[in-house]
Amino acid sequence: MFARGLKRKCVDQEDDGEGALAGFGTIPSYSLQRQSLLDMSLVKLQLCHMLVEPNLCRSVLIANTVRQIQEEMTRDGVGQGAAPQSTGRAPLDRLVSTEILCRTVRGPEAGCPVPDLGDGPLQGPLPEICTVDAAEVPRSPQSNPWEMDSPRESRGSFQKSLDQIFETLEHKNHSSMEDLFSDMDSSYYDLDTVLTGMMTSAKPGLCDGLEGFAAAAPPPGSTCKSDLAEVDHVVEILVET
Amino acid sequence: MKCFSRYLPYIFRPPNTILSSSCHTEADIISTVEFNHTGELLATGDKGGRVVIFQREQESKNQVHRRGEYNVYSTFQSHEPEFDYLKSLEIEEKINKIRWLPQQNAAYFLLSTNDKTVKLWKVSERDKRPEGYNLKDEEGRLRDPATITTLRVPVLRPMDLMVEATPRRVFANAHTYHINSISVNSDYETYMSADDLRINLWNFEITNQSFNIVDIKPANMEELTEVITAAEFHPHHCNTFVYSSSKGTIRLCDMRASALCDRHTKFFEEPEDPSNRSFFSEIISSISDVKFSHSGRYIMTRDYLTVKVWDLNMENRPIETYQVHDYLRSKLCSLYENDCIFDKFECVWNGSDSVIMTGSYNNFFRMFDRNTKRDVTLEASRENSKPRAILKPRKVCVGGKRRKDEISVDSLDFSKKILHTAWHPSENIIAVAATNNLYIFQDKVN
Repeated sequence: MFARGLKRKCVDQEDDGEGALAGFGTIPSYSLQRQSLLDMSLVKLQLCHMLVEPNLCRSVLIANTVRQIQEEMTRDGVGQGAAPQSTGRAPLDRLVSTEILCRTVRGPEAGCPVPDLGDGPLQGPLPEICTVDAAEVPRSPQSNPWEMDSPRESRGSFQKSLDQIFETLEHKNHSSMEDLFSDMDSSYYDLDTVLTGMMTSAKPGLCDGLEGFAAAAPPPGSTCKSDLAEVDHVVEILVET
Repeated sequence: MKCFSRYLPYIFRPPNTILSSSCHTEADIISTVEFNHTGELLATGDKGGRVVIFQREQESKNQVHRRGEYNVYSTFQSHEPEFDYLKSLEIEEKINKIRWLPQQNAAYFLLSTNDKTVKLWKVSERDKRPEGYNLKDEEGRLRDPATITTLRVPVLRPMDLMVEATPRRVFANAHTYHINSISVNSDYETYMSADDLRINLWNFEITNQSFNIVDIKPANMEELTEVITAAEFHPHHCNTFVYSSSKGTIRLCDMRASALCDRHTKFFEEPEDPSNRSFFSEIISSISDVKFSHSGRYIMTRDYLTVKVWDLNMENRPIETYQVHDYLRSKLCSLYENDCIFDKFECVWNGSDSVIMTGSYNNFFRMFDRNTKRDVTLEASRENSKPRAILKPRKVCVGGKRRKDEISVDSLDFSKKILHTAWHPSENIIAVAATNNLYIFQDKVN
């Protein structure tokens, strides 16, 4: 069996779901890396948003990184979310084994960098967290986790975000939230801490907690309506957490 | 034994003091280290809100090798965990910074701060107590004057030395964001406290109001792209201070220009090297510490990978750049992923401004001799801290074949980081905080 050498390897790759990458040859590597970095940054940013008082410096630096990646993607004409889907997405842990992004960023006119496929193979199914579409995440975050000066302002937008949340919760129910987090590598994100922090803060700092959910909401415009019973149910869940 | 003096700026002999507990908790992690102006005292603050002060023992002729050991002088709880009911958030007790005030009488004064509140502490000795009062009873209550028939003069009787720490002022409710720096002004009457978006100026005597001297908070927080990361007063000019930002820039402000220093007097920024640009460029250029030289002529800044020295008279680029751990440049993705890239390393000058020191990972710390351009990597660890031993330089192997005594980049321990160090103001004694351990090294006694 092992004597079959190269051929076996090739078949295995397809079995592992790496055929997509192989099919696109060597080109998608950089954009995959970039997409992974964007996904990772968005996850970090989401977790920041769930904290009542995040480390402002860290949040700002991550937000700037996201902005920078999105700008470059727009410049490259990568339709938000379109291209990465066509090439498949890299799991987060691929970033650990690569150094491409640590090197010089491709300028707008520069050619595609030479990818190193041997660096670390794509593996496994794509984590669901990566499927948060870039377009879903507002370019400038809807919620301001670090806005602490004006509790009145945030209370003003409370009603609006609540509407969004109810819409959101119809799409992303409780279990999908769990799925969202279960796919993440807990060695890098101390989810227990974060989630505990989120839950403890959800009661007193309801606005902050809810805005965190709201940020994950699809853009307003989905026409789903909640009937009163469902709203009650949702509120119950929120209060319980 | 091989003489390392040819390679080292100084030979450091380890440690006459190691403060540690073998099984430590989060609260034991040292979060700041600071010598006082004479170097006689060394203060540390930890995540548990405690301040521990060490005092240098007087030299004794018959114990030359014990010269200048630091022993615990006083320990007190500076900050307690609090809960802000208005904003529903917990305020950590962690001591972010300690700054000593110049000594003006027998007592010592220091400022300590957590995220929100600055406190002025008085540390004083008492070795005598008055006895023979007849105006007050044993519990200190005033007696009825009608019962006092004689006037007795109290006498001071010696007692065991007691070191007391008493909070003299509490400067609270002036910071919405986390305080990252405090700095005592050279007029010794005022100090400033800086958080992520604002800098306030305080008078030591007034706790209920402060002046806002810098405010970079945008009207719309969605437009926020930059935060203040550190700030310090000029050592001699009481009108001048600097603050650094997360975009890698330093602003020098003159308080004579206007009350609100929104417009800087000088702006120090190095143009970005396009060949080194990556998505992490901004994060690694974020300045984690800024320090004036003792002379006041230079500013030193620490970013993630380098230490830079700036001449106050040249704004467009630093006069010196030292690589602290350039071998991490290829690991930035992982360091971003595990959040190490946001670690805030500090940096210090030696007494004569000729050597600078800063920390790294794996309990390594680096020294750079500005004159000879030599540098050295040393390690703070119990293994190589046997009494009277000499610290051996360490080397990190970058690719290729690893030599004996070298450590490869991949085996560095990123959980062991040296963020806080201090250098004695006039002698070659350094204090290095490694998680819950404090190492004090001094150069070789001949």
